Amino acid sequence: MTHSIIISGFGGQGVMLMGRVLCQAGMTEGKHVTWLPSYGPEMRGGTANCTVIISDEPVASPVVDSPEEVVVMNIPSLLKFEPIVRRNGYLFINSSVVDREPKRQDIKTIKVPANEIADQLGNLRVANMVMLGAFVFTTKCVNIESLIDAMKYKLKGKDSSIIELNVEAIKQGLRHVGG
Amino acid sequence: MNKIMMKGTEAIGEAAIRAGCRLYFGYPITPQSELTEYMARRLPQVEGTFLQAESEVAAVNMIYGASSVGKRVMTSTSSPGFSLMQEGVSYIACAQLPSVFVNVVRGGPGLGDIQPSQGDYFQATKGGGHGDYKLLVLSPSTVQEAADLTGVAFELADKYRNPVLIFADGLLGQMMEPVSFSDKKVSYDNSSWALIGAKNRPARQVTSFNIDPYGLEKMNLELQKKYKLMEENEIRYETTLTEDADILIVAHGTMGRIAKSVVEMARKDGLKVGLFRPITLYPFPYEALRKSAADVSLVLTVEMSSGQMLEDVRLAIAERTRVEFYGRMAGVVPMPLEIYEVLKQKIGRRS
Repeated sequence: MTHSIIISGFGGQGVMLMGRVLCQAGMTEGKHVTWLPSYGPEMRGGTANCTVIISDEPVASPVVDSPEEVVVMNIPSLLKFEPIVRRNGYLFINSSVVDREPKRQDIKTIKVPANEIADQLGNLRVANMVMLGAFVFTTKCVNIESLIDAMKYKLKGKDSSIIELNVEAIKQGLRHVGG
Repeated sequence: MNKIMMKGTEAIGEAAIRAGCRLYFGYPITPQSELTEYMARRLPQVEGTFLQAESEVAAVNMIYGASSVGKRVMTSTSSPGFSLMQEGVSYIACAQLPSVFVNVVRGGPGLGDIQPSQGDYFQATKGGGHGDYKLLVLSPSTVQEAADLTGVAFELADKYRNPVLIFADGLLGQMMEPVSFSDKKVSYDNSSWALIGAKNRPARQVTSFNIDPYGLEKMNLELQKKYKLMEENEIRYETTLTEDADILIVAHGTMGRIAKSVVEMARKDGLKVGLFRPITLYPFPYEALRKSAADVSLVLTVEMSSGQMLEDVRLAIAERTRVEFYGRMAGVVPMPLEIYEVLKQKIGRRS
């Protein structure tokens, strides 16, 4: 079983961290993982993305033409990555920011108002963890427990209230998609 | 062994420290500045010295000095920076000094861009600087392999008293994968030739100069003897599903692992495709490649360049089998499906 994932959004939305938390979680489950950031000259407010592979087999190519699962946190990311989602794949849309509909009918679209949910929790910055909760519950690429542990590992040294907030964000995200 | 997620650049840095490297001289350049940063952070913790030189030219000459006293020393850079170092690399090769260089190759020529490339293959494997010399060149394709080959690089550098080059690219440098490191205690002893004080013995000389052509030729012949030994003993490569293959892809480094995905796709469609991945670019595995390609009808070389390793592939295979090429330049990474489509076209176009 292999999950090929692209996570994309504005610089500052925490999309790189989302990918790294996913990889950390996959690694602790004994899976093979790769995390590949887009890097290059990018203006403030421009888009950043990372490619994540989580697999039971050793990962050959860390780049992917047509990912099974795509997360778009802003409109430019939707425009760039909707066309390459694999048929019957998942497209996760941060509907708080992306106020338009995807064009394709041959993929499964999941809308998560990540910013609104994060705002209700009192901190817009956890919108990425809201989305990650919804993403992991739907795709089952890793277990929710490993996801929470991986997030805690990545936020090691931070205030316990911050960690609790992030745990709550993940839980709200999965609740939104029926978890 | 515990695994941690690390970037390729950081893993090379940590592996160097575990291999006993306590000296790093370098100058930052994208996409490998994380390695320079890593050494700046880590070396003081292990009582080593990190020094940011004023330029790559200065850095390579600091390597020259440090290696002449027999210490394990490293620098890292990216394409334009490695070009600047070539004069010093040639001196170090002539003076027979062990040292480890890392080139995280980016798009060129010129200032180019900062995306992944393999366009420095000629520079890496055919000399790079002036004169008749060779570097031992290692091309890792995963973060774990980058870490492992860094340890190997320091051992080979000491064994042959020769500069060793780790040939990576921006993709391998920037990506993260789980990696584990050996805790093996490292010891090395270069006291038989290093400049460590001549009290009670005749002075030694480390030089890359001999005004007498017959003397310099003797030095050259010694180098050539050493390169022959490397060719006999140090060839490394990996093969995937080559035994029954009818078509062989040849690719190294990052392209090597991307090509592995192409092999998987082709096998699912019933096409007998195998992969030959050179790990040492110099010495190049000519004989092994010739054997792997003996029964195939088509060889496809894939590179992030205009076709540089292709020349070595052709040397290995000569006229025996059709050799085709696909590559992208300037930092564009060929994608698995893209390569697979090319492969299918080439299969259809029987010559």
